[in-house]
Amino acid sequence: MTRYRQMFDRLDNKGAFGAFVMLGDPDIETSAAILDALVEGGADMIELGIPFSDPVADGPVIQAAAERALANRVTPSDCFALIRDFRAKHASVPVGILTYANIVLARGMEAFYRSASVAGVDSVLVADVPAFEAEPFARTARAAGVAPVMIAAPNTPSETLQRLAVLGGGYTYCVARAGVTGAGDDISLNHDALFGELRRLGAPPPVLGFGISTPDHVKAALDAGAAGVISGSAIVRLIEAGAEGVADRIRAFVASMKEAA
Amino acid sequence: MRMKGRFGAFGGAYVPEILMPALEQLEAAFLDAQQDVAFQAELAELLAKYAGRPTPLTRCRNLGSAKARLYLKREDLLHGGAHKTNQVLGQAMLACRMGKRRIIAETGAGQHGVATALAGALFGLETRIYMGAHDVERQKLNVFRMQLMGAEVVPVESGSAGLKDAINEALRDWTASFADTHYLLGTVAGPHPFPLMVREYQRVIGIEARAQILEEEGRLPDAVIACVGGGSNAMGMFSDFVEDEDVRLIGVEAAGKGLDGAEHGATLLRGRPGILHGAETYVLQDADGQISESWSVSAGLDYPAVGPEHAYLKDSGRAEYVGATDQEALDAFALLARSEGIVCAFESAHALAYALKMIEEAREELVLVVNLSGRGDKDMEQAQLLLGLKP
Repeated sequence: MTRYRQMFDRLDNKGAFGAFVMLGDPDIETSAAILDALVEGGADMIELGIPFSDPVADGPVIQAAAERALANRVTPSDCFALIRDFRAKHASVPVGILTYANIVLARGMEAFYRSASVAGVDSVLVADVPAFEAEPFARTARAAGVAPVMIAAPNTPSETLQRLAVLGGGYTYCVARAGVTGAGDDISLNHDALFGELRRLGAPPPVLGFGISTPDHVKAALDAGAAGVISGSAIVRLIEAGAEGVADRIRAFVASMKEAA
Repeated sequence: MRMKGRFGAFGGAYVPEILMPALEQLEAAFLDAQQDVAFQAELAELLAKYAGRPTPLTRCRNLGSAKARLYLKREDLLHGGAHKTNQVLGQAMLACRMGKRRIIAETGAGQHGVATALAGALFGLETRIYMGAHDVERQKLNVFRMQLMGAEVVPVESGSAGLKDAINEALRDWTASFADTHYLLGTVAGPHPFPLMVREYQRVIGIEARAQILEEEGRLPDAVIACVGGGSNAMGMFSDFVEDEDVRLIGVEAAGKGLDGAEHGATLLRGRPGILHGAETYVLQDADGQISESWSVSAGLDYPAVGPEHAYLKDSGRAEYVGATDQEALDAFALLARSEGIVCAFESAHALAYALKMIEEAREELVLVVNLSGRGDKDMEQAQLLLGLKP
């Protein structure tokens, strides 16, 4: 059984709280401590960015995180090493990678998914690969034992939902609103119809992201039928505020969010 | 999508899922409009009576010789000052057809921004232009022209503050605004259907040039030559010659300060296949896949990717790609001004520089057509500086 399946089973009908940070932000050592703090704060699943120079799906907060990591010369190999060390300490927490297509291709598609698998990664989401282009990525991921996470948006037509229900694995990343990543008030959380359709199609469990930044957001998303939520920019902002005490800040924030799940 | 959007192994549509419906809507609108006689008639009329088509094919009187004859396709004479106007009119009409009231665009040299601004004014569309802060600085005149025509110009500070970063910001805007906004992408790059659509709207350059050279010479040219940044003026010129196998298609990339260093924009010569801005194509990148910062004296060629059809034409061997350095382009720019009384854009000067090299080496009869894609007014300040001329 996959770690995602085990986690959803263990949570039963309670929602999963997923935490996103950029690997290597602000540097490798601090990043390792931050990953531990996410678990200690109660995160059920961890989503980790591999920094890319041109992250078009990301808003200013996560762009800045990638820039900090790249300024410190953090490479995909460093990221896999961070995950390997994390996995040695935390055997059961599902770990997903979020990155961009060129990072996958540059390593070679097979080599990338194999590196991910060896490091203990459970899933990979490629932000700029829609269902239309996903087949080779999904096939290669599965061959390496990695779940290909697909994105569903409120405007995604039902033929595409059908396609990603078949292609996708782990969970289905549902975006809460049009636009790029970022914490904000302009999110709509009543995606009952999208969640219902995904469940009807037998897609992997719907997890809502993009703009989830308060315990109220968590509660509303889960009430609407999400199997979980992912909070990213709100956590990354705590890192932006400086390395001093960052692990404590993150532990406390994650705990407050998890409590609402 | 009705089509795969591929040119051999290149192209495709690599965008966040949320943008796919917008691309599908655009593809449908474009393909339908291609079959719509009324749409085509309106576009043709705009191209003729508003933009000033056909543009002339000028034989150089002083450059070249009786044996080696150099022709310039005068897109610099088009309204707006560059070939960009051709395709902007088509896309703005599509925006209206789709019921969108706002257009956004990226710009490098500012020519596409100017073209988008004029179309925005003409069709009454709210217009926002993203432009790298570095380019805002070196293309001030074009910034003012855009503002004069009612467009909002947003300087982009991220990354290298150039064309690549302006495209990133435009894409981010579009992922939030697609419901009422059309992204009027300026070149044959980006996700499907942009490379196909922009090529089709630029094809008029090659159609005219082919007829004009046949009229002048009674035969096809030995080569057609165009500069390649994203590659729209080159695709426009090449498309109607692709099936004429004896006509060499030569794309000239920005060799910047030299192809051996890192300061150039020669994506096809020095890059390798990857995915940037929605398309699988050649990309300047490091071993990990981080995109490299490009360099060129001409903002319009300062881009680390290239239209996917050029990647295909390179790999299939149908087109050749070469480089011209900043210095070679500047020399050609100055020479054209002095010899022919034509001040071209720095971008176009790259194509000219390579043509002049071919003419110098010519032993037999040679007929060349260079796409003079834009005029050089925007580059005056830089030219004064770089050529050491006193204002």
